[in-house]
Amino acid sequence: MNVTARQIFLIARRSVIRTFRQPGVWIPPLTFPLMLMAVNSNGLRAATHLPGFPTRSFLAFFLPFSFMQGALFASGIAGVDLARDIDTGFLNRLALTPVRDSALLLGQVGGAVGLGAVQSVLYLTVGLIAGVRFVSGAPGAFVMLVLALLIAIGFGGLGLWMALRTGSGEGVQSQFPLLFFLLFISSMNLPRNLIEVGWFRDLATLNPVSYMIEALRSLVIEGWNAQALALGFGFTLALIGISMWLAARQLKVRMART
Amino acid sequence: MRRESNSLLQNGIEVEGLVRSFKDIRAVDGIDISIEPGQIYGFLGPNGAGKSTTVHMLTTLLPPSAGRATVAGYDVQRDGAKVRAAIGAALQDTALDPFLSGREHLRLQASLHGIRGDRRKELIDRLLGRVGLTSAGDRKIRTYSGGMKRRLDLALALIHDPSTLFLDEPTTGLDPQSRTALWEEVGRLARDEGVTVFLTTQYLEEADVLADRVGIIDHGRIVAEGTPAQLKAEIGKATVEVVPENPDDRERLAGLLSRFGGETAARPGAYAVQLDAAGALPDVIRALDQEDVRAAEINLHQPTLDDVFLAKTGRKLEGSEDE
Repeated sequence: MNVTARQIFLIARRSVIRTFRQPGVWIPPLTFPLMLMAVNSNGLRAATHLPGFPTRSFLAFFLPFSFMQGALFASGIAGVDLARDIDTGFLNRLALTPVRDSALLLGQVGGAVGLGAVQSVLYLTVGLIAGVRFVSGAPGAFVMLVLALLIAIGFGGLGLWMALRTGSGEGVQSQFPLLFFLLFISSMNLPRNLIEVGWFRDLATLNPVSYMIEALRSLVIEGWNAQALALGFGFTLALIGISMWLAARQLKVRMART
Repeated sequence: MRRESNSLLQNGIEVEGLVRSFKDIRAVDGIDISIEPGQIYGFLGPNGAGKSTTVHMLTTLLPPSAGRATVAGYDVQRDGAKVRAAIGAALQDTALDPFLSGREHLRLQASLHGIRGDRRKELIDRLLGRVGLTSAGDRKIRTYSGGMKRRLDLALALIHDPSTLFLDEPTTGLDPQSRTALWEEVGRLARDEGVTVFLTTQYLEEADVLADRVGIIDHGRIVAEGTPAQLKAEIGKATVEVVPENPDDRERLAGLLSRFGGETAARPGAYAVQLDAAGALPDVIRALDQEDVRAAEINLHQPTLDDVFLAKTGRKLEGSEDE
Protein backbone atom coordinates (compact mmCIF):
# COMPACT_ATOMS: atom_id res chain seq x y z
CA MET A 1 0.00 0.00 0.00
CA ASN A 2 1.48 3.37 -0.93
CA VAL A 3 1.69 6.27 1.53
CA THR A 4 -1.45 8.11 0.40
CA ALA A 5 -3.56 4.95 0.30
CA ARG A 6 -2.36 4.01 3.77
CA GLN A 7 -3.15 7.50 5.10
CA ILE A 8 -6.65 7.33 3.56
CA PHE A 9 -7.13 3.96 5.25
CA LEU A 10 -5.98 5.31 8.64
CA ILE A 11 -8.19 8.40 8.56
CA ALA A 12 -11.14 6.40 7.21
CA ARG A 13 -10.76 3.75 9.89
CA ARG A 14 -10.90 6.41 12.57
CA SER A 15 -13.93 7.95 10.88
CA VAL A 16 -15.74 4.61 10.73
CA ILE A 17 -14.87 3.75 14.34
CA ARG A 18 -16.13 7.06 15.70
CA THR A 19 -19.31 6.88 13.62
CA PHE A 20 -20.22 3.39 14.81
CA ARG A 21 -19.45 4.29 18.43
CA GLN A 22 -22.24 6.88 18.32
CA PRO A 23 -25.52 4.96 18.00
CA GLY A 24 -27.40 8.25 17.90
CA VAL A 25 -25.56 9.02 14.67
CA TRP A 26 -26.06 5.76 12.74
CA ILE A 27 -29.42 4.46 13.94
CA PRO A 28 -31.60 7.20 12.36
CA PRO A 29 -30.01 6.88 8.88
CA LEU A 30 -30.62 3.14 9.05
CA THR A 31 -34.20 3.20 10.28
CA PHE A 32 -35.74 6.38 8.90
CA PRO A 33 -35.44 5.47 5.18
CA LEU A 34 -36.85 2.01 5.98
CA MET A 35 -39.85 3.55 7.74
CA LEU A 36 -40.45 5.90 4.82
CA MET A 37 -40.11 2.98 2.42
CA ALA A 38 -42.73 1.00 4.38
CA VAL A 39 -45.15 3.93 4.51
CA ASN A 40 -44.76 5.02 0.88
CA SER A 41 -44.77 1.56 -0.65
CA ASN A 42 -48.14 0.92 0.97
CA GLY A 43 -49.63 4.42 0.78
CA LEU A 44 -48.68 5.05 -2.86
CA ARG A 45 -49.24 1.50 -4.13
CA ALA A 46 -52.18 2.71 -6.23
CA ALA A 47 -49.72 4.63 -8.43
CA THR A 48 -48.72 1.33 -10.05
CA HIS A 49 -52.17 1.26 -11.74
CA LEU A 50 -51.34 4.44 -13.68
CA PRO A 51 -51.04 3.70 -17.39
CA GLY A 52 -47.36 3.51 -18.29
CA PHE A 53 -46.13 2.90 -14.72
CA PRO A 54 -43.03 0.75 -15.25
CA THR A 55 -43.65 -1.93 -12.59
CA ARG A 56 -46.41 -3.60 -10.60
CA SER A 57 -44.43 -3.28 -7.35
CA PHE A 58 -44.23 0.19 -5.83
CA LEU A 59 -41.69 -1.17 -3.31
CA ALA A 60 -39.37 -2.13 -6.16
CA PHE A 61 -39.91 1.33 -7.66
CA PHE A 62 -39.31 3.13 -4.37
CA LEU A 63 -36.39 1.07 -3.02
CA PRO A 64 -33.67 3.18 -4.74
CA PHE A 65 -34.97 6.28 -2.99
CA SER A 66 -33.87 4.76 0.33
CA PHE A 67 -30.33 4.56 -1.01
CA MET A 68 -30.42 8.24 -1.95
CA GLN A 69 -31.83 9.24 1.39
CA GLY A 70 -29.17 7.19 3.16
CA ALA A 71 -26.47 8.91 1.11
CA LEU A 72 -27.76 12.31 2.23
CA PHE A 73 -27.69 11.28 5.87
CA ALA A 74 -24.15 9.98 5.37
CA SER A 75 -23.08 13.30 3.85
CA GLY A 76 -24.33 15.10 6.94
CA ILE A 77 -22.37 12.77 9.19
CA ALA A 78 -19.14 13.29 7.25
CA GLY A 79 -19.60 17.06 7.37
CA VAL A 80 -20.58 17.30 11.02
CA ASP A 81 -17.65 15.06 12.02
CA LEU A 82 -15.19 17.25 10.15
CA ALA A 83 -16.75 20.42 11.58
CA ARG A 84 -16.25 18.96 15.03
CA ASP A 85 -12.61 18.20 14.21
CA ILE A 86 -12.14 21.81 13.16
CA ASP A 87 -13.84 23.08 16.28
CA THR A 88 -11.86 20.90 18.69
CA GLY A 89 -8.52 21.43 16.95
CA PHE A 90 -8.23 17.78 15.88
CA LEU A 91 -7.74 18.95 12.31
CA ASN A 92 -4.67 20.89 13.49
CA ARG A 93 -3.41 17.73 15.14
CA LEU A 94 -3.71 15.91 11.83
CA ALA A 95 -2.19 18.89 9.99
CA LEU A 96 0.95 18.53 12.11
CA THR A 97 1.50 14.99 10.83
CA PRO A 98 2.76 14.16 7.32
CA VAL A 99 -0.84 13.47 6.22
CA ARG A 100 -1.62 14.57 2.66
CA ASP A 101 -4.59 16.80 1.89
CA SER A 102 -6.08 14.22 -0.46
CA ALA A 103 -5.80 11.51 2.18
CA LEU A 104 -7.43 13.76 4.73
CA LEU A 105 -10.45 14.44 2.51
CA LEU A 106 -10.95 10.93 1.20
CA GLY A 107 -10.34 9.46 4.65
CA GLN A 108 -12.88 11.79 6.23
CA VAL A 109 -15.61 10.49 3.93
CA GLY A 110 -14.66 6.99 5.08
CA GLY A 111 -17.22 7.12 7.88
CA ALA A 112 -19.89 8.08 5.38
CA VAL A 113 -18.87 5.30 3.03
CA GLY A 114 -18.75 2.79 5.88
CA LEU A 115 -22.20 3.79 7.04
CA GLY A 116 -23.38 3.92 3.42
CA ALA A 117 -22.22 0.34 2.91
CA VAL A 118 -24.09 -0.91 5.97
CA GLN A 119 -27.19 1.08 4.97
CA SER A 120 -27.13 -0.21 1.41
CA VAL A 121 -26.81 -3.85 2.45
CA LEU A 122 -29.63 -3.39 4.96
CA TYR A 123 -31.99 -1.69 2.48
CA LEU A 124 -31.18 -4.31 -0.10
CA THR A 125 -31.79 -7.17 2.33
CA VAL A 126 -35.07 -5.70 3.54
CA GLY A 127 -36.15 -5.13 -0.07
CA LEU A 128 -35.33 -8.73 -1.03
CA ILE A 129 -37.11 -10.11 2.03
CA ALA A 130 -40.14 -7.95 1.16
CA GLY A 131 -40.27 -9.55 -2.27
CA VAL A 132 -38.33 -7.19 -4.53
CA ARG A 133 -36.64 -9.04 -7.37
CA PHE A 134 -33.79 -7.51 -9.35
CA VAL A 135 -34.42 -7.78 -13.08
CA SER A 136 -30.65 -7.31 -13.53
CA GLY A 137 -29.98 -10.16 -11.08
CA ALA A 138 -27.18 -10.40 -8.53
CA PRO A 139 -24.68 -8.45 -10.70
CA GLY A 140 -27.23 -5.63 -10.85
CA ALA A 141 -27.57 -5.63 -7.08
CA PHE A 142 -23.79 -5.38 -6.83
CA VAL A 143 -23.69 -2.46 -9.30
CA MET A 144 -26.46 -0.80 -7.29
CA LEU A 145 -24.34 -1.04 -4.14
CA VAL A 146 -21.34 0.44 -5.95
CA LEU A 147 -23.39 3.34 -7.29
CA ALA A 148 -24.96 3.93 -3.87
CA LEU A 149 -21.49 4.17 -2.30
CA LEU A 150 -20.31 6.56 -5.03
CA ILE A 151 -23.37 8.74 -4.38
CA ALA A 152 -22.51 8.70 -0.65
CA ILE A 153 -18.96 9.85 -1.50
CA GLY A 154 -20.31 12.63 -3.74
CA PHE A 155 -22.71 14.00 -1.16
CA GLY A 156 -20.11 13.35 1.56
CA GLY A 157 -17.79 15.68 -0.38
CA LEU A 158 -20.46 18.38 -0.21
CA GLY A 159 -20.67 17.84 3.54
CA LEU A 160 -16.89 18.24 3.84
CA TRP A 161 -16.96 21.40 1.75
CA MET A 162 -19.63 22.94 3.96
CA ALA A 163 -17.74 21.89 7.10
CA LEU A 164 -14.50 23.43 5.85
CA ARG A 165 -16.30 26.56 4.70
CA THR A 166 -18.27 27.19 7.88
CA GLY A 167 -16.24 25.33 10.52
CA SER A 168 -19.45 24.48 12.34
CA GLY A 169 -21.84 21.57 12.58
CA GLU A 170 -24.75 23.99 12.31
CA GLY A 171 -23.36 25.25 9.01
CA VAL A 172 -23.26 21.71 7.66
CA GLN A 173 -26.78 20.95 8.83
CA SER A 174 -28.05 24.10 7.14
CA GLN A 175 -27.39 22.45 3.76
CA PHE A 176 -29.87 19.67 4.49
CA PRO A 177 -33.04 21.53 3.51
CA LEU A 178 -31.48 22.24 0.11
CA LEU A 179 -30.38 18.64 -0.40
CA PHE A 180 -33.75 17.29 0.67
CA PHE A 181 -35.41 19.79 -1.64
CA LEU A 182 -33.36 18.29 -4.48
CA LEU A 183 -34.43 14.84 -3.40
CA PHE A 184 -38.14 15.64 -3.25
CA ILE A 185 -38.16 17.65 -6.49
CA SER A 186 -36.90 14.59 -8.36
CA SER A 187 -38.50 11.51 -9.90
CA MET A 188 -38.51 9.77 -6.53
CA ASN A 189 -42.28 9.14 -6.40
CA LEU A 190 -43.18 8.93 -10.07
CA PRO A 191 -41.43 8.37 -13.39
CA ARG A 192 -40.83 11.76 -15.01
CA ASN A 193 -43.09 10.96 -17.95
CA LEU A 194 -46.01 10.46 -15.57
CA ILE A 195 -45.57 13.77 -13.72
CA GLU A 196 -48.41 15.89 -15.06
CA VAL A 197 -47.50 19.24 -13.46
CA GLY A 198 -45.24 20.88 -16.01
CA TRP A 199 -42.96 22.92 -13.77
CA PHE A 200 -42.42 19.95 -11.45
CA ARG A 201 -41.56 17.70 -14.39
CA ASP A 202 -39.14 20.35 -15.74
CA LEU A 203 -37.42 20.75 -12.41
CA ALA A 204 -37.19 16.96 -11.99
CA THR A 205 -35.68 16.76 -15.49
CA LEU A 206 -33.08 19.40 -14.62
CA ASN A 207 -32.32 17.79 -11.27
CA PRO A 208 -29.27 15.45 -11.38
CA VAL A 209 -30.68 13.53 -8.41
CA SER A 210 -33.44 12.22 -10.72
CA TYR A 211 -30.83 10.52 -12.89
CA MET A 212 -29.08 8.97 -9.90
CA ILE A 213 -32.38 7.54 -8.66
CA GLU A 214 -33.34 6.38 -12.16
CA ALA A 215 -30.02 4.58 -12.61
CA LEU A 216 -30.49 2.75 -9.31
CA ARG A 217 -34.12 2.05 -10.17
CA SER A 218 -33.33 0.76 -13.63
CA LEU A 219 -31.29 -2.07 -12.15
CA VAL A 220 -34.27 -3.19 -10.08
CA ILE A 221 -37.16 -2.86 -12.51
CA GLU A 222 -35.68 -2.71 -16.02
CA GLY A 223 -32.49 -4.71 -16.16
CA TRP A 224 -29.40 -3.29 -17.86
CA ASN A 225 -30.43 0.15 -19.19
CA ALA A 226 -27.20 1.58 -20.56
CA GLN A 227 -28.52 5.14 -20.94
CA ALA A 228 -29.91 5.28 -17.40
CA LEU A 229 -26.70 3.84 -15.97
CA ALA A 230 -24.49 6.17 -17.99
CA LEU A 231 -26.45 9.21 -16.82
CA GLY A 232 -26.55 7.99 -13.21
CA PHE A 233 -22.87 7.16 -13.03
CA GLY A 234 -21.98 10.28 -15.04
CA PHE A 235 -23.81 12.69 -12.74
CA THR A 236 -22.49 10.85 -9.68
CA LEU A 237 -18.88 11.03 -10.85
CA ALA A 238 -19.40 14.70 -11.73
CA LEU A 239 -20.77 15.30 -8.23
CA ILE A 240 -17.74 13.56 -6.70
CA GLY A 241 -15.40 15.61 -8.87
CA ILE A 242 -17.07 18.95 -8.11
CA SER A 243 -17.64 18.36 -4.39
CA MET A 244 -14.12 17.05 -3.80
CA TRP A 245 -12.63 19.92 -5.79
CA LEU A 246 -14.59 22.42 -3.73
CA ALA A 247 -13.60 20.64 -0.51
CA ALA A 248 -9.91 20.47 -1.55
CA ARG A 249 -9.91 24.19 -2.34
CA GLN A 250 -11.54 25.01 0.98
CA LEU A 251 -9.14 22.72 2.83
CA LYS A 252 -6.22 24.81 1.55
CA VAL A 253 -7.88 27.89 3.02
CA ARG A 254 -8.81 26.24 6.30
CA MET A 255 -5.57 24.31 6.78
CA ALA A 256 -3.09 26.96 5.68
CA ARG A 257 -0.02 25.01 6.75
CA THR A 258 3.15 26.02 4.97
CA MET B 1 20.11 9.58 26.61
CA ARG B 2 21.01 12.84 24.89
CA ARG B 3 20.83 12.73 21.11
CA GLU B 4 23.72 14.97 20.22
CA SER B 5 24.39 12.78 17.20
CA ASN B 6 21.17 13.99 15.65
CA SER B 7 22.15 16.73 13.23
CA LEU B 8 18.83 18.51 13.74
CA LEU B 9 19.90 19.26 17.28
CA GLN B 10 22.59 21.53 15.93
CA ASN B 11 19.72 23.97 15.54
CA GLY B 12 17.16 25.28 17.95
CA ILE B 13 14.72 28.01 17.04
CA GLU B 14 15.65 31.29 15.33
CA VAL B 15 13.07 34.00 14.76
CA GLU B 16 13.70 37.34 13.06
CA GLY B 17 11.15 40.11 12.72
CA LEU B 18 8.21 37.71 12.71
CA VAL B 19 4.87 39.39 12.03
CA ARG B 20 1.34 38.08 11.75
CA SER B 21 -1.50 40.42 10.93
CA PHE B 22 -5.21 39.71 10.94
CA LYS B 23 -6.72 42.50 8.87
CA ASP B 24 -5.68 45.67 10.76
CA ILE B 25 -4.51 43.90 13.89
CA ARG B 26 -0.86 42.90 14.26
CA ALA B 27 -1.23 39.93 16.58
CA VAL B 28 2.53 39.37 16.45
CA ASP B 29 4.46 42.51 15.75
CA GLY B 30 8.04 41.86 14.71
CA ILE B 31 9.46 39.51 17.31
CA ASP B 32 13.02 38.15 17.49
CA ILE B 33 13.81 34.99 19.41
CA SER B 34 16.88 32.79 19.61
CA ILE B 35 16.66 29.45 21.40
CA GLU B 36 19.57 27.08 21.71
CA PRO B 37 19.08 23.34 21.27
CA GLY B 38 18.02 21.60 24.48
CA GLN B 39 16.83 24.83 26.08
CA ILE B 40 13.41 25.35 27.63
CA TYR B 41 12.12 28.72 26.49
CA GLY B 42 9.22 30.13 28.47
CA PHE B 43 6.99 32.44 26.45
CA LEU B 44 5.05 34.44 28.97
CA GLY B 45 2.16 36.78 28.45
CA PRO B 46 -1.52 37.37 29.10
CA ASN B 47 -4.35 36.02 26.93
CA GLY B 48 -4.35 37.68 23.52
CA ALA B 49 -0.72 38.78 23.76
CA GLY B 50 0.30 36.77 20.68
CA LYS B 51 1.66 33.58 22.25
CA SER B 52 -0.54 31.08 20.42
CA THR B 53 -0.24 32.95 17.12
CA THR B 54 3.54 32.68 17.44
CA VAL B 55 3.28 28.95 18.15
CA HIS B 56 0.99 28.45 15.16
CA MET B 57 3.54 30.19 12.91
CA LEU B 58 6.49 28.25 14.30
CA THR B 59 4.63 24.94 13.92
CA THR B 60 3.79 25.81 10.26
CA LEU B 61 0.03 25.96 10.90
CA LEU B 62 -0.13 29.66 10.06
CA PRO B 63 1.96 31.47 7.45
CA PRO B 64 3.73 34.56 8.80
CA SER B 65 2.83 37.95 7.28
CA ALA B 66 6.49 39.02 7.42
CA GLY B 67 9.83 38.02 8.90
CA ARG B 68 11.42 34.61 8.99
CA ALA B 69 11.80 31.71 11.37
CA THR B 70 13.72 28.47 11.40
CA VAL B 71 12.88 25.53 13.62
CA ALA B 72 15.33 22.63 13.97
CA GLY B 73 17.27 24.19 11.11
CA TYR B 74 14.35 24.36 8.67
CA ASP B 75 12.60 27.44 7.38
CA VAL B 76 8.96 27.40 8.52
CA GLN B 77 7.74 28.87 5.23
CA ARG B 78 9.86 26.94 2.74
CA ASP B 79 10.33 23.61 4.52
CA GLY B 80 6.99 23.13 6.26
CA ALA B 81 6.97 19.34 5.94
CA LYS B 82 10.51 19.04 7.33
CA VAL B 83 9.64 21.30 10.25
CA ARG B 84 6.58 19.20 11.04
CA ALA B 85 8.67 16.03 10.95
CA ALA B 86 11.11 17.53 13.45
CA ILE B 87 8.62 18.95 15.95
CA GLY B 88 6.02 17.73 18.38
CA ALA B 89 3.25 20.04 19.51
CA ALA B 90 0.64 20.04 22.21
CA LEU B 91 -1.53 22.99 21.31
CA GLN B 92 -3.80 24.97 23.58
CA ASP B 93 -6.87 22.79 23.02
CA THR B 94 -6.37 19.17 23.94
CA ALA B 95 -7.64 18.17 20.53
CA LEU B 96 -8.73 14.62 21.24
CA ASP B 97 -11.54 12.51 19.86
CA PRO B 98 -13.89 11.60 22.72
CA PHE B 99 -14.91 8.38 20.95
CA LEU B 100 -11.39 6.96 20.61
CA SER B 101 -9.21 5.53 23.36
CA GLY B 102 -5.83 6.92 24.34
CA ARG B 103 -4.11 3.96 22.70
CA GLU B 104 -6.09 4.47 19.47
CA HIS B 105 -4.99 8.11 19.36
CA LEU B 106 -1.37 7.09 19.75
CA ARG B 107 -1.74 4.37 17.12
CA LEU B 108 -3.25 6.81 14.61
CA GLN B 109 -0.60 9.46 15.28
CA ALA B 110 2.25 6.94 15.08
CA SER B 111 0.90 5.39 11.88
CA LEU B 112 0.54 8.79 10.19
CA HIS B 113 4.20 9.38 11.04
CA GLY B 114 5.02 6.07 9.34
CA ILE B 115 5.76 4.14 12.54
CA ARG B 116 4.43 0.60 12.29
CA GLY B 117 4.45 -2.91 13.68
CA ASP B 118 6.26 -3.92 16.86
CA ARG B 119 8.11 -0.61 17.08
CA ARG B 120 4.79 1.24 17.21
CA LYS B 121 3.41 -1.03 19.90
CA GLU B 122 6.57 -0.78 21.99
CA LEU B 123 6.60 3.00 21.61
CA ILE B 124 2.94 3.36 22.57
CA ASP B 125 3.38 1.17 25.66
CA ARG B 126 6.47 3.14 26.69
CA LEU B 127 4.81 6.53 26.23
CA LEU B 128 1.63 5.50 28.04
CA GLY B 129 3.82 4.35 30.91
CA ARG B 130 5.88 7.53 30.87
CA VAL B 131 2.81 9.76 31.19
CA GLY B 132 1.13 7.46 33.71
CA LEU B 133 -1.73 6.29 31.50
CA THR B 134 -0.95 2.59 31.12
CA SER B 135 -4.08 1.43 32.91
CA ALA B 136 -6.24 4.08 31.20
CA GLY B 137 -4.85 3.55 27.72
CA ASP B 138 -7.81 1.54 26.46
CA ARG B 139 -10.46 3.84 27.92
CA LYS B 140 -12.35 6.31 25.75
CA ILE B 141 -11.17 9.90 26.02
CA ARG B 142 -14.58 11.07 27.24
CA THR B 143 -13.80 9.29 30.52
CA TYR B 144 -10.46 11.11 30.97
CA SER B 145 -9.91 13.97 33.40
CA GLY B 146 -8.36 17.24 32.22
CA GLY B 147 -4.97 16.17 33.57
CA MET B 148 -5.12 12.81 31.78
CA LYS B 149 -5.97 14.55 28.50
CA ARG B 150 -2.98 16.89 28.88
CA ARG B 151 -0.68 13.96 29.59
CA LEU B 152 -1.97 12.06 26.56
CA ASP B 153 -1.51 15.23 24.51
CA LEU B 154 2.14 15.28 25.58
CA ALA B 155 2.55 11.60 24.69
CA LEU B 156 1.05 12.27 21.24
CA ALA B 157 3.49 15.12 20.71
CA LEU B 158 6.38 12.78 21.51
CA ILE B 159 5.31 9.79 19.43
CA HIS B 160 7.76 10.43 16.57
CA ASP B 161 10.69 11.35 18.80
CA PRO B 162 10.83 15.07 17.92
CA SER B 163 13.87 17.22 18.52
CA THR B 164 11.73 20.30 19.30
CA LEU B 165 8.60 20.43 21.37
CA PHE B 166 5.96 23.17 21.39
CA LEU B 167 3.71 23.26 24.42
CA ASP B 168 0.99 25.89 24.30
CA GLU B 169 -0.23 26.52 27.84
CA PRO B 170 0.13 22.85 28.73
CA THR B 171 -0.90 23.13 32.37
CA THR B 172 -3.89 25.48 32.09
CA GLY B 173 -6.71 24.03 34.15
CA LEU B 174 -4.61 21.33 35.77
CA ASP B 175 -4.58 20.54 39.48
CA PRO B 176 -1.26 21.21 41.27
CA GLN B 177 -0.29 17.52 41.32
CA SER B 178 -0.82 17.06 37.57
CA ARG B 179 0.98 20.34 36.92
CA THR B 180 4.02 19.27 38.90
CA ALA B 181 4.10 15.88 37.14
CA LEU B 182 4.02 17.56 33.75
CA TRP B 183 6.78 20.00 34.74
CA GLU B 184 8.94 17.06 35.81
CA GLU B 185 8.41 15.30 32.49
CA VAL B 186 9.13 18.43 30.43
CA GLY B 187 12.24 19.12 32.50
CA ARG B 188 13.40 15.54 32.01
CA LEU B 189 12.89 15.74 28.24
CA ALA B 190 15.12 18.79 27.98
CA ARG B 191 17.69 17.63 30.50
CA ASP B 192 17.99 13.94 29.59
CA GLU B 193 16.99 13.85 25.93
CA GLY B 194 18.15 17.27 24.75
CA VAL B 195 14.72 18.25 23.42
CA THR B 196 14.31 21.96 22.71
CA VAL B 197 11.10 23.12 24.39
CA PHE B 198 9.07 26.20 23.46
CA LEU B 199 6.56 26.63 26.26
CA THR B 200 3.87 29.27 26.39
CA THR B 201 2.28 29.97 29.71
CA GLN B 202 0.29 32.47 31.70
CA TYR B 203 1.77 31.11 34.91
CA LEU B 204 4.77 32.96 36.25
CA GLU B 205 5.71 30.09 38.51
CA GLU B 206 5.76 27.71 35.55
CA ALA B 207 8.18 29.89 33.61
CA ASP B 208 10.27 30.45 36.73
CA VAL B 209 10.55 26.76 37.58
CA LEU B 210 10.97 25.33 34.09
CA ALA B 211 12.46 27.84 31.71
CA ASP B 212 16.14 28.38 31.00
CA ARG B 213 15.19 31.60 29.24
CA VAL B 214 12.01 33.63 29.31
CA GLY B 215 10.47 35.97 26.77
CA ILE B 216 7.65 38.24 27.88
CA ILE B 217 5.22 39.17 25.13
CA ASP B 218 2.61 41.88 25.38
CA HIS B 219 0.45 43.26 22.57
CA GLY B 220 2.45 41.21 20.05
CA ARG B 221 5.86 42.54 21.08
CA ILE B 222 8.55 41.02 23.24
CA VAL B 223 9.04 43.45 26.09
CA ALA B 224 11.71 41.52 28.00
CA GLU B 225 13.91 38.52 27.47
CA GLY B 226 16.59 36.68 29.42
CA THR B 227 17.04 34.06 32.11
CA PRO B 228 14.56 34.38 34.97
CA ALA B 229 17.43 35.46 37.26
CA GLN B 230 18.64 38.09 34.77
CA LEU B 231 15.16 39.52 34.34
CA LYS B 232 14.57 39.73 38.06
CA ALA B 233 18.00 41.26 38.68
CA GLU B 234 17.35 43.77 35.93
CA ILE B 235 14.31 45.24 37.59
CA GLY B 236 15.34 45.36 41.21
CA LYS B 237 16.61 43.98 44.43
CA ALA B 238 15.08 42.06 47.28
CA THR B 239 12.73 43.83 49.66
CA VAL B 240 12.73 43.29 53.41
CA GLU B 241 9.58 44.10 55.36
CA VAL B 242 9.52 44.20 59.18
CA VAL B 243 6.48 44.38 61.45
CA PRO B 244 7.61 45.71 64.91
CA GLU B 245 6.28 43.88 67.95
CA ASN B 246 5.64 47.26 69.61
CA PRO B 247 3.97 49.74 67.25
CA ASP B 248 5.72 52.58 69.06
CA ASP B 249 9.05 51.26 67.71
CA ARG B 250 8.09 52.08 64.12
CA GLU B 251 10.11 55.33 64.03
CA ARG B 252 13.23 53.60 65.36
CA LEU B 253 12.67 50.74 62.92
CA ALA B 254 12.47 53.17 60.01
CA GLY B 255 15.74 54.81 61.02
CA LEU B 256 17.42 51.45 61.36
CA LEU B 257 16.20 49.97 58.09
CA SER B 258 16.95 53.11 56.10
CA ARG B 259 20.65 52.28 56.58
CA PHE B 260 20.13 49.22 54.34
CA GLY B 261 18.11 50.69 51.47
CA GLY B 262 15.38 53.02 50.29
CA GLU B 263 11.85 52.87 51.65
CA THR B 264 9.29 51.01 49.61
CA ALA B 265 5.58 50.21 49.91
CA ALA B 266 4.63 48.10 52.94
CA ARG B 267 1.53 46.76 54.64
CA PRO B 268 -0.09 48.90 57.37
CA GLY B 269 1.97 48.66 60.56
CA ALA B 270 5.04 47.43 58.71
CA TYR B 271 8.10 49.18 57.28
CA ALA B 272 9.91 47.98 54.16
CA VAL B 273 13.07 48.84 52.27
CA GLN B 274 14.52 47.64 49.01
CA LEU B 275 17.92 46.29 50.01
CA ASP B 276 20.94 48.01 48.45
CA ALA B 277 23.10 44.89 48.76
CA ALA B 278 22.27 41.30 48.05
CA GLY B 279 22.42 39.04 51.10
CA ALA B 280 21.97 41.89 53.57
CA LEU B 281 19.22 40.16 55.55
CA PRO B 282 21.58 38.80 58.27
CA ASP B 283 22.93 42.33 58.79
CA VAL B 284 19.36 43.63 59.17
CA ILE B 285 18.58 40.99 61.77
CA ARG B 286 21.83 41.71 63.68
CA ALA B 287 21.04 45.46 63.69
CA LEU B 288 17.51 44.80 65.00
CA ASP B 289 18.99 42.69 67.78
CA GLN B 290 21.74 45.19 68.67
CA GLU B 291 19.27 48.09 68.88
CA ASP B 292 16.72 45.97 70.69
CA VAL B 293 13.93 46.45 68.18
CA ARG B 294 11.80 43.33 68.55
CA ALA B 295 10.18 42.17 65.33
CA ALA B 296 6.84 40.37 65.21
CA GLU B 297 7.42 39.43 61.58
CA ILE B 298 10.26 39.71 59.05
CA ASN B 299 9.58 39.04 55.37
CA LEU B 300 12.13 38.90 52.57
CA HIS B 301 10.57 39.35 49.15
CA GLN B 302 12.67 38.44 46.13
CA PRO B 303 11.65 40.03 42.81
CA THR B 304 9.36 37.75 40.77
CA LEU B 305 8.59 37.54 37.09
CA ASP B 306 5.34 39.29 37.94
CA ASP B 307 7.45 42.22 39.15
CA VAL B 308 9.31 42.05 35.85
CA PHE B 309 6.04 42.07 33.93
CA LEU B 310 4.80 44.98 36.03
CA ALA B 311 8.02 46.91 35.46
CA LYS B 312 7.97 46.30 31.69
CA THR B 313 4.28 46.80 30.97
CA GLY B 314 2.98 48.81 33.91
CA ARG B 315 0.45 46.05 34.63
CA LYS B 316 0.27 42.89 36.67
CA LEU B 317 0.17 39.71 34.57
CA GLU B 318 -2.83 38.20 36.37
CA GLY B 319 -5.98 39.80 34.99
CA SER B 320 -4.15 41.89 32.41
CA GLU B 321 -5.80 40.00 29.57
CA ASP B 322 -8.90 42.07 30.09
CA GLU B 323 -7.14 45.32 29.33
